[in-house]
Amino acid sequence: MNDLLRRMLFLPDQASDYARQVDGLHYFVIITTMVAAAGVFATAIYFFVRYRRRSDTDVTPRVEPKAIHEVIFVGLPLAFFLVWFAIGFPQFAKLQSPPKDAMDVYVQGKKWMWKFAYPSGPNSVDVLRVPAGRPVRLLITSRDVIHSFYVPALRVKQDALPGRYTQTWFNADRPGRYEIFCAEYCGLAHSGMIGELVVMPPEEFDQWLATQGRGVAGSQDGAPIAGEPVRRASNVIEEGRRLAGEQGCLKCHSVDGTRHIGPTWVDLYQRNEKLQSGKSVQADEGYLTKSMMDPAADLVAGYQNVMPTYQGKLAPPEAAAIVEYIKSLKTPAVQSGPSEGPVYESIPRK
Amino acid sequence: MQASPLAHHFENIEKQSHAERLGMWLFLASEVLLFTALFAAYAVYRYLYSDAFAEASRAIETWFGLVNTVILVTSSFTVALGLNEAVKGNGRKTGLWFAVSVAFALAFLALKAVEYSHHFQEGQLPGRYYSFHELQAPGASLFFSLYFLITGLHGVHVIVGMTILAVVGVKAARGKYTATYHTPVELAGLYWHLVDLIWIFVFPLIYLV
Amino acid sequence: MSPSHASDVPVYNPRNYLNSPATGLKSWLLTQDHKRIGVMFLVAASVFFAVGGLFAMLIRIELLTPGPTIMDAMTYNRLFTLHGVVMIFLFMIPAIPSGFGNFLVPLMLGAKDVAFPKLNLLSFYLYMLGAVVALYGMVHGGADTGWTFYTPYSTTTVTKVVPILLGAFILGFSSILTGLNFIVTTHTMRAPGIGWNRVPLFVWSIYATSIIQILATPVLGMTLLLVAVENAFGWGIFDPARGGDPVLFQHFFWFYSHPAVYIMVLPAMAVISEVVCAFSRKNIFGYKAVAYSSLGIAFVGFFTWGHHLFVSGQSAFDAGVFGILSMFVGIFTAIKVFNWTATLYQGSIAFKTPFAYFVGFLFFLVFGGMTGVAVATVSLDVHWHDTYFVVAHFHFIMVGATVMAFLAALHYWFPKITGRMYPEGWGLVGAVMVILGFNFTFIPQFLLGNEGMPRRYFSYPERFWALNVASTAGASVLAMGLVIVLVYLLVALKWGPIAGPNPWHSRGYEWDTASPPLPENFEETPVYTRGPHEYDEESYANPPPVAPEPKHAS
Repeated sequence: MNDLLRRMLFLPDQASDYARQVDGLHYFVIITTMVAAAGVFATAIYFFVRYRRRSDTDVTPRVEPKAIHEVIFVGLPLAFFLVWFAIGFPQFAKLQSPPKDAMDVYVQGKKWMWKFAYPSGPNSVDVLRVPAGRPVRLLITSRDVIHSFYVPALRVKQDALPGRYTQTWFNADRPGRYEIFCAEYCGLAHSGMIGELVVMPPEEFDQWLATQGRGVAGSQDGAPIAGEPVRRASNVIEEGRRLAGEQGCLKCHSVDGTRHIGPTWVDLYQRNEKLQSGKSVQADEGYLTKSMMDPAADLVAGYQNVMPTYQGKLAPPEAAAIVEYIKSLKTPAVQSGPSEGPVYESIPRK
Repeated sequence: MQASPLAHHFENIEKQSHAERLGMWLFLASEVLLFTALFAAYAVYRYLYSDAFAEASRAIETWFGLVNTVILVTSSFTVALGLNEAVKGNGRKTGLWFAVSVAFALAFLALKAVEYSHHFQEGQLPGRYYSFHELQAPGASLFFSLYFLITGLHGVHVIVGMTILAVVGVKAARGKYTATYHTPVELAGLYWHLVDLIWIFVFPLIYLV
Repeated sequence: MSPSHASDVPVYNPRNYLNSPATGLKSWLLTQDHKRIGVMFLVAASVFFAVGGLFAMLIRIELLTPGPTIMDAMTYNRLFTLHGVVMIFLFMIPAIPSGFGNFLVPLMLGAKDVAFPKLNLLSFYLYMLGAVVALYGMVHGGADTGWTFYTPYSTTTVTKVVPILLGAFILGFSSILTGLNFIVTTHTMRAPGIGWNRVPLFVWSIYATSIIQILATPVLGMTLLLVAVENAFGWGIFDPARGGDPVLFQHFFWFYSHPAVYIMVLPAMAVISEVVCAFSRKNIFGYKAVAYSSLGIAFVGFFTWGHHLFVSGQSAFDAGVFGILSMFVGIFTAIKVFNWTATLYQGSIAFKTPFAYFVGFLFFLVFGGMTGVAVATVSLDVHWHDTYFVVAHFHFIMVGATVMAFLAALHYWFPKITGRMYPEGWGLVGAVMVILGFNFTFIPQFLLGNEGMPRRYFSYPERFWALNVASTAGASVLAMGLVIVLVYLLVALKWGPIAGPNPWHSRGYEWDTASPPLPENFEETPVYTRGPHEYDEESYANPPPVAPEPKHAS
């Protein structure tokens, strides 16, 4: 029954008990709505037929309501509304009060990515790993504008506000991968700000967490769930390509020459970039590495300061691998010149 | 020859005066809500940054506000005297009292300008222009943002009110109104009282926290 | 006596507000006649409706495929912003109150004009000025903030937000002046015999709307000004970097913009109350309940804004209070729905085009209203907030209810305004297409919201594809329906058959004068001895409105 109704209403998977409870209320609300609407429309249609105009000179009797009519008109919907509220409000209150033993994860929204950090040190971009069957509390904030952390499968949503923390919690009980959306409009790539919630069996999660060194950015993000063999990078460039994907670089920098949120990487190496300060700089290894660690220092003209720092998130060999990857993106045919104005181009699909 | 003040779509002058008064009161209600938004913002930030707001309030000089309060209250009084003359049908005296009120309004604005120039010199400016070194607490620049918004908006109202008083005063002096019909004098006075009343709220909020 | 017989040959009133005192452009631009001002508002609002509709179509076409279809993300973001701004500030808010309200309120009260005709004209010019300023902003870069202008996005964006904010600010003044005029008119200009219990329901609802316009609009004006100041000069009121609170903006914004929803929907209810009586030829069931529920909505509407902030970190207590209060709006709406339905009982129902739109209106209001209460049920809103479910919900209310009512009004009062009839057959075809097209557009969006698709998405995962295609298909039917309506109404303007003063045999006071009405509305001030919605034998037996004895004769 649950599954039938869920599919009829196009609701996504239910990854937690809370989601199932909310859906229960949802079914109740929809069914009462449908019954009430059917009642009103059946009555109206009956009247349309029964009291259709028969001659152009019809005169109608005067009908005035009795007090009891208006009382029913008020009382009946009010009763149903209050029942809905009596179910819905405790659910909301529950969502507002995380259990004491919940595991904390810090969430930071940023144009246009999600960053997750665990108190024990590890952090990751766009992939949130949590253990199944354990409550997880999210402490959410934003670096720039308002975002909203939204996992449809959990029926959970919470705004990420700059300058303050908000919280929400969930207890996902089904291992699997679920989408994380940004629900509050945040600009150009709002619809591309999609992350992934990976619910892992608790033992695997513990194992994964243990292998994460402090400050080393979740170097296995995007890797298959534990148990599958980990691919070894064949060479440095390959390693750089893999890291760029995992770290979210490619969300903003294209590798096919199209203009995007950040400058394209194609032919970036050795290119003369015009900076916002008016100076220009040749994009050598030093500049590229510096831009990863302190993106705001030498901003290319026409681009907004939206890139997060990767200081502490990329080990030196990793940064070098990404630089090598950028160097490999060379097309002799493409003319290199100063990068052009603001990026209002379409976003390439994955 | 002067045209009758009765507009074609009203039955009689009483109904028209009633409509005009009601319209003015509704407009004043709307005006009050305009300031309420700013007062609400003030209340929220004063709650959030109570210390910084208290400090900032102490940093600006109270006597400017005090003198201006006295000026405005007196001007409200002279407007009331003007209205009193209008009721008696004494247009010339109404004009005189309104001229006195306009002079008070100008004095208010002049003092406000002096006060503003002090703020500019001290760097007590809103938001990103804030450079007042003696007070660097978070929220202090917000106080000055709100200070300029509230007093600025009030200043605009003073200018508008003053203009209305001047126009109505001149008309009254020329004998446009009579003892039976002087609603515009009444409404101009009403508006000026609102401008005064708002200042009565602004003064303690800004100067006397 | 029974309704006047159709055998009377309809006549076109030769001396009417359209041709006298003059017909030149100048006589229109400088007119103080509430009817002409109303017509100018209607024409302007209809033009903006077409513009906003065009934006909507472009948005729907863009969403035909999961990736980019015909435009880039920046263009898309600007388009949905402009769609919202144009539809809400330039069409929805002025269309029924300033357009039909201006035309009808004095006629329905037996008055010669509104209380302040000059302010009325000023209101129109402020509307045009606001529109021009906003359009300037749109042409020169546009804004990409969404019509909600949420900070800090709106204060940091590089697009031209300031002119659009200023435009909306100016439009606010237009709205305040119109509201002020209607309240004073209703209080002071009623003809003899129109006590408060005989004020037409249309006027009651417009009155309630006006209260909101006067009290809520200044807060929005101030808020938008603060955003503009922040965007242009960085004063930091809503900037977290300077200690400002971006959520405070949301409180201010919704303090106006939630009541503004009732500015849009109360006039729709106003129209429907008139239409349902006229076409079922029946007195309204529960006059007081319908009239007072309008005031109830206006009042409670001021205390519901927090339901837009359920996921912004609001406390559970606040959310609970705002949730409960929001449900009261549902109760007041339910009262109206039940009373309109009960009005049909023992009526004499003529299924004409306005009535068809009433049926559509009823359908959309019931589902839009019920989903509204569902969204106020706090835990469900956490899932639905900022998804397509909310988009579908408010389009059901604002397009479903308000546009249906606008079209119902356009057809019902077309003969009153123009003196001519529209073609009934085409009218029904148009109504059916509009109502079906609208359903096909927005029912899939409810399901998209359930599925979790956030609003303002330029691109989307492929699992949302099918429903988006369905929605776009529905939108094209809706657009075709609207084009048909536009075409036959334009044709009827010139070639429609002469309607006569009261083709519907309606008992509404506005039908007691010629069509199109005289420049001074009534030859002499009417005196009423019956209510505006009475169709029983006894009320017909009462003498028709007569002029009071001229004063000088006594």
